[in-house]
Amino acid sequence: MGDASEPKPVKTIKTPMRLEYQYTAGEATSRYLRGIAQGRILGQRCPSCKKVYVPPRGSCPRCAVATTEEVQLSDKGTVTTFAIVRVPSENISVPLPFASVHILLDGADIPFFSVVQGCPLERVRIGMRVRAEWVPREELAPTATSIRWFVPIDEPDVPFEKLEAAL
Amino acid sequence: MAERCAVVGIGQTHHTARRDDVSIAGLVREAALRALEDAALDWGDIDAVVVGKAPDMFEGVMMPELYLAEALGAAGKPLLRVHTAGSVGGSTAIVAASLIEAGIHERVLTVAFEKQSESNAMWALTVSTPLQSTVVAGAGGYFSPLIRGYMRRSGAPEDTGIRVALKDRKNALKNPYAHLREPEISFEMVANSPMLWDPIRFHETCPSSDGACAMVLSSERSAARGAHPPAWVHATAMRSEPTQFAGQEKINPRAGQECAKELYEKAGITDPRREIDVAEIYVPFSWFEPMWMENLGFAPVGEGWKMTYDGVTALDGELPVNCSGGVLSSNPIGASGMLRFAEAAMQVRGQAGEHQVEGARVALGHAYGGGSQFFSMWIVGSAKP
Amino acid sequence: MREVAVVSFAQSRHVRREARNEVEILMPVVHEAVERSGIARPFDFTCSGSTDFLQGQPFAFVMALDAAGAWPPIAESHVEMDGAWALYEAWVKIQAGQADTALVYAFGKSSPGDLPEVLSRQLDPYVVAPLWPDAVSLAALQARAWLEKTGRSERDLAEVAARSRRSAKANPHATLAGDYEVAKLLAEPHLAAPLRRHDCPPICDGAAALVLAAGDVARRACKRPAWIRGIDHRIEPHALGARDLADSPSTRLAGVRAGVGKGGVDVAELHAPFAHQEWILREALGLGAGVDVNPSGGALSANPMMAAGLIRIGEAARRISDGAARRAVAHATSGPCLQQNLVCVLEGA
Repeated sequence: MGDASEPKPVKTIKTPMRLEYQYTAGEATSRYLRGIAQGRILGQRCPSCKKVYVPPRGSCPRCAVATTEEVQLSDKGTVTTFAIVRVPSENISVPLPFASVHILLDGADIPFFSVVQGCPLERVRIGMRVRAEWVPREELAPTATSIRWFVPIDEPDVPFEKLEAAL
Repeated sequence: MAERCAVVGIGQTHHTARRDDVSIAGLVREAALRALEDAALDWGDIDAVVVGKAPDMFEGVMMPELYLAEALGAAGKPLLRVHTAGSVGGSTAIVAASLIEAGIHERVLTVAFEKQSESNAMWALTVSTPLQSTVVAGAGGYFSPLIRGYMRRSGAPEDTGIRVALKDRKNALKNPYAHLREPEISFEMVANSPMLWDPIRFHETCPSSDGACAMVLSSERSAARGAHPPAWVHATAMRSEPTQFAGQEKINPRAGQECAKELYEKAGITDPRREIDVAEIYVPFSWFEPMWMENLGFAPVGEGWKMTYDGVTALDGELPVNCSGGVLSSNPIGASGMLRFAEAAMQVRGQAGEHQVEGARVALGHAYGGGSQFFSMWIVGSAKP
Repeated sequence: MREVAVVSFAQSRHVRREARNEVEILMPVVHEAVERSGIARPFDFTCSGSTDFLQGQPFAFVMALDAAGAWPPIAESHVEMDGAWALYEAWVKIQAGQADTALVYAFGKSSPGDLPEVLSRQLDPYVVAPLWPDAVSLAALQARAWLEKTGRSERDLAEVAARSRRSAKANPHATLAGDYEVAKLLAEPHLAAPLRRHDCPPICDGAAALVLAAGDVARRACKRPAWIRGIDHRIEPHALGARDLADSPSTRLAGVRAGVGKGGVDVAELHAPFAHQEWILREALGLGAGVDVNPSGGALSANPMMAAGLIRIGEAARRISDGAARRAVAHATSGPCLQQNLVCVLEGA
């Protein structure tokens, strides 16, 4: 029979953990972030397949060689695919719901993840032309968040077939 | 000449959101004990243990096989821990099988698990550094743009995903171990559920589960003990490709196609659609079923969705897929791949109970992970290879 | 059993803190090992060892895959363990007849986090880890047990430390190398008694890679392949109280299974991050006074986590291929206080 003073069995324990890490960007990412701090988007071209990667990783995953040639890219690009995110997660920095997108920057050969804002969600579409929205000049810093997100621009959509070919 | 490898014992836990009645050790032991019992064996009969699980941050324990040595009866034995992202349950089984095939051990216990409730899986998947901006919300956020790409390319009807989800959840009702058992599930319920990462709805998404799966693998000479006949490993294959490179085909990854090709060749299968009786494949979001049907060569490119639509993949169809309810019904991430491999083996052992496919003799187990880049597969059969 | 040999080996310079990221460190190392092997890609199998908790980000090995060259797609696997166990998995694959060649690599950056704290996450999460026992303190417990049991002294520890760093002078990859006077070392304060700073491994970032090949493929690749004559690994219970910390029964058993005692041993590369552990391992493997232990300087001179065990195998193999040794033993360890151990016997002919 339960007695009010009898201790309940311990079923679970909460053991919070905190580990601090100091991340090293590595050489390629450091150059990229320094470029971002100057309002420039820098990619790298693979010496073997000639494709341009952004953000650059110092290596081409396809050819497994180091990449050093820097290429400055436009901050305009095309949405190649997207998803409307409605589920919250601790690490997300924009309000829900939002459009998570792949953007192929003009001059790049791989798309990268970003967010589209400043546009009704139903208008987000494959082929849409967008441009980076940067933080104000005086707030530029070597961090990916210097680009807040991408916004639509008034240029004709890129046809799906052309995008598929580019990818 | 490689030794034959038999699956002689299979065990799993009742997958659920939170097992707060067992520790991590308790969870894995439960599955392991069931597998040993199924094999009519004891801890002392096992020569080596192979453990698999996904990122350690899911539980907050670094290299948990160290802590689990006693729980898995591994003291004094060789113990390996495999980690190949989502495909890990499958790769773990393959590593265990290779120990038998190489003639190194007679009997190997292999266990895959995840006790995700101990940490926060979505957080663990989204952990990023200050060097990257966080715009990807977990696996769903990563895959939904690819799914949209498939929908666009194939012209598949928009409700294809709903049909997959409905099928898998109904199948789960016939699997006593499944996490999501929803007798009230219906087309409308799935269709009306909230969009999480458009185009993926809530009911088209895998749950987050605590669970474990274990198998006892044996050489031919040591195989003859348990109540059920063994499942024989006919072939195994693994393939990986980079996360992302320029021009990479992400919807129908080459690594998956080549893995399947090698698998079928090794198993002597020339017409997979006809020669495979049942398949357990890794479908965490509904639309992966039609995508994998194409990737695995069961349907021509662009037509995988027809297999779902035409009922080919239903429990009573020509090529039943995920009779267990699949990943859509239970997803302890590290274990999910092994569950596919185990459920395939259960089918050819005649051990699948209510979700058994009559006369299943050849089955495919499939797992994938990462950004659709890691693939592990096996073919098991009721006859010796 | 098929004949399998190490035909090439490469490692990075192991520095305290790398400015490069994991792929940048790993890629040249993989390239060097591949080139030295003379074997053209693709390898039949690729396997790596690394751990997420070191870099504080899940899927560390996925990012590293770029360095390995995974296009066209490759048969590849990964263990969340030291690369020595990745080598074991690859060796098994070759034994099963499913591969003739394998690329094995490992890497770890310890610099981002506080390594002794990070390692405490390996401990029983319910009753031990919440106490945050750091790796150095645990090693000290073991050192104390060993000193009491054997009657040896802290001088014996300092001598191992000094000898290791002196040997490391000939190793351009080592983090710590130089001449140290034992008396001066003993005058230093304890870090966690009975261990002093010199009894502990340096913290560093690094990577290593090697190539395995079977039979004639190995003979074509390398003038003097380092044949793996035996390899075995064992684990002990996790609970420290359930073990004899002053001994290493798993090393002893693995050594017997690997056939250490079947012949003379010229060189032994022992993965002993703490000075007292070298004594324990020597004893467990039955290595006599004539064995050249850790000519590379061992883990006391360079301890890139997740790669240090693989490096022991590579260093031993290299000495065989160079003709400096005829028969060698390599050892790798994992977990607190030598919980898990792998032993590999290599021969030149």
